[in-house]
Amino acid sequence: MEDLTHIALKLMGILVAFTVVMTMVAYTVLAERRVLGFIQGRLGPNRVGPGGSLQPFADLLKFILKEDIVPDKSTRFVYFLAPVIATTAALMSVVVYPFGPEIHLPFHLPLIGDAIPLVVTRFDVALLYVLGVTSVGVYGIALAGWSSNNKYSLMGGLRSSAQMISYELALGLGLIGVILQSGTLDLYSIVEQQAGHLGISGWNVFWVQPLGFLIYLIAAIAETNRVPFDLPEAETELVAGFHTEYSAMKFALFFLAEYVNMFTVSMLATTLFLGGWNGPFVHQVPILGVFYFLGKVVLFLFLYIWLRGTLPRFRFDQLMSFGWKFLVPLAIINIVITATIEWSGAFDYVSKFLKTSLGWGG
Amino acid sequence: MEAALFILFAGMAIGCAISMVAQRNPLYSAISLIGVFISLACLYVTLGAPFIAAVQVIVYAGAIMVLVVFVIMLLNVEEEERRPRLRLLVPLAIGLAAVLFAEAAFIIFFVQASPDTPTRNLSDVGLTSSIGAGLFTSYLLPFEITSILLLMAIVGAITLARRGGLLPARASVVPERERVEGK
Repeated sequence: MEDLTHIALKLMGILVAFTVVMTMVAYTVLAERRVLGFIQGRLGPNRVGPGGSLQPFADLLKFILKEDIVPDKSTRFVYFLAPVIATTAALMSVVVYPFGPEIHLPFHLPLIGDAIPLVVTRFDVALLYVLGVTSVGVYGIALAGWSSNNKYSLMGGLRSSAQMISYELALGLGLIGVILQSGTLDLYSIVEQQAGHLGISGWNVFWVQPLGFLIYLIAAIAETNRVPFDLPEAETELVAGFHTEYSAMKFALFFLAEYVNMFTVSMLATTLFLGGWNGPFVHQVPILGVFYFLGKVVLFLFLYIWLRGTLPRFRFDQLMSFGWKFLVPLAIINIVITATIEWSGAFDYVSKFLKTSLGWGG
Repeated sequence: MEAALFILFAGMAIGCAISMVAQRNPLYSAISLIGVFISLACLYVTLGAPFIAAVQVIVYAGAIMVLVVFVIMLLNVEEEERRPRLRLLVPLAIGLAAVLFAEAAFIIFFVQASPDTPTRNLSDVGLTSSIGAGLFTSYLLPFEITSILLLMAIVGAITLARRGGLLPARASVVPERERVEGK
């Protein structure tokens, strides 16, 4: 019985987290089209619902109702498997992000108790879990490119596997600085450590990690195949890259996977570098944490859209040499700097100074 | 609960392993192998070793198998034909399988009841911090030796990849081009 209640509660938590993420993803797509429209001096979709707010549902309906075309000479099984892998891998990492601090209810609910944790699950290696699940997502794109039996798809798939392997390295190395500083891989503890004065002064991005933050941000954009690193689907060269042959709901799954990936990558950046749900007055009003967290994620999503509206695409050799010859060495330098500072204990002096002379909590 | 999960993941692992051997298309074999790795990782989690599970997925499923799939895709390997040569290996395979089963049976029936199983500090076995502490204190020498081995492998791979030995690859290309243009 105890087990069943536990499972039911976890499932409910997963459902809530998915609903929040999916809704926000749907509106990210709309926001992208509207903001791009604004950047390019046009309107964007504004007809369905007030200000275009029902456009995501119209799009979804369109995807469901369209004919699902499967290429004749495709490798059937893999062709069906690829979008499933891409979406599953993208959605699986949602469960470990802390959306907010524990919320204490004024009354006692049956089964739940009087405290609701705003994180589905906590475990020792949450950060590694995120990296592992993300690394499986490569297969979705690679297999889609291969199974379509189309040279453009294959080129897109190959490009994306090469790109994602290369930038995964820089991404992982960029995160090591944060891990060294916090001494744990548990995302919830990492967020709790960043409380600081007014919930702002403790953010990792201010404490030696601006370089790590920059490396992570660039590598994350490359990992999610977004402009300026969108070579796997470069429409001027490869028609639509790895998903050229996909239509209807299968295409929608790739589309979904890309935006969910954007979202989870932004959540990880927020959690590790921008203090997660920390912000002014969170300790008094815990529910504010959710809004701070989602607000910071939205900032990152806006950055993504903004970049898409303003930057041209890399060439493939530029992409590779940038990743291997610039980002990876930079990440290693960042690790050396962080390790040296941690070892010399310079931070303890600084935070002690801030505490005694400025009255800031460290 | 634990038993149900074990049966689920063990079944997945065995099914994927059989499919890996049985598939004719190398890409299907590779996908099945990824399935094996992921179900093994799930088993590690149920055994209380999340770190090993995460590393299993990141290193094997996320890096090594991507390279394998990459190579299969690049070479566009066709379906393997069943060659008569392999039939000779069947008795050998059956013999080896029998040995494996005998080993497993021995462990199940004789080793399980050992009374002096070490049980100390079971709570922090498998945690990242205890693995790290172990690697950098009591097992420092094996750790460093493994690192050097890996470094040698990296250097070796780069040397092999550059066909002209340690000289830059360009040096061997340029004279050839000049020779062609001279004709």
